[in-house]
Amino acid sequence: MIAAILSGEHSLFHELIRPYERSVYLMALSMLKNEADAEDAAQEAFLKAYRNLARFRAEARFSTWLISIVLNEARGRLRRTQPALTDSLDDDREGDITPMQLTDWREIPSQAVEREEVCALIRRALLNLPLAYREVFILREIEERNVQETAETLGITAASVKMRLHRARLMLQKHLAPQLKSAVPAPRRRFQWF
Amino acid sequence: MVLNCRHVWDQISGYLDNTLDAATRADVEEHLAHCEICSAVLDSTRNILILTADDRVFELPLGYSERLHARLTQAILEGPPTDTTSSG
Ligand SMILES: [Zn+2]
Repeated sequence: MIAAILSGEHSLFHELIRPYERSVYLMALSMLKNEADAEDAAQEAFLKAYRNLARFRAEARFSTWLISIVLNEARGRLRRTQPALTDSLDDDREGDITPMQLTDWREIPSQAVEREEVCALIRRALLNLPLAYREVFILREIEERNVQETAETLGITAASVKMRLHRARLMLQKHLAPQLKSAVPAPRRRFQWF
Repeated sequence: MVLNCRHVWDQISGYLDNTLDAATRADVEEHLAHCEICSAVLDSTRNILILTADDRVFELPLGYSERLHARLTQAILEGPPTDTTSSG
């Protein structure tokens, strides 16, 4: 399809990118934390992808290429608006994260996300991860990239990907587990009023 | 090898991703079998991953796709993809 677009069927580009609309937006949102900025960055990334389509090399996955474009776009915006916050981009410091030691953890059914309250808790927790961990977490857990692709997209080593992902997971567990426990009501006991 | 809780926490990601070697995995499972705390840490971490991956957590803004394609149509009308623009 890319060859067809480059040889003149330009409007096929619409079809080419349809499967990635959500990924690109989500990546932008996870970086910029703001819906309007994220949409703007996503549009900009798709336009850049169109204009630079001839530079796409077939040995890469198209989705990986697109994600790296939106990542650059979002990083550029962050640098312009918050120059101080090139936070922990290369932060691979060791250091233990102690998970929340709950003993009465209940299964949280996935229907729980129908509750706006639960969604908001999860969104906030994800967007509050330090940038370096957020990037890795979104790519691995939400975009389901493998370790190697994630490493290539971010320009870090596979070992860093694994380490950051592990730390991100424990940070979320520590932060979210107690909140989710109270946000999801226990099964109602019968006759509890008597 | 007998693991303490902290050792097990270090292995949680490997355990969830199924990348531990057989011996370590067996040690972790041995510990999980009789440690309520680590079992709860593992279950809660796994469940949080399931919840965070749910599409309903992050919704696309209303009209996002329409606005995107309208802008693309305009860009496509303006010209073919070229190699000459900067910042790729
Ligand atoms: Zn334990």
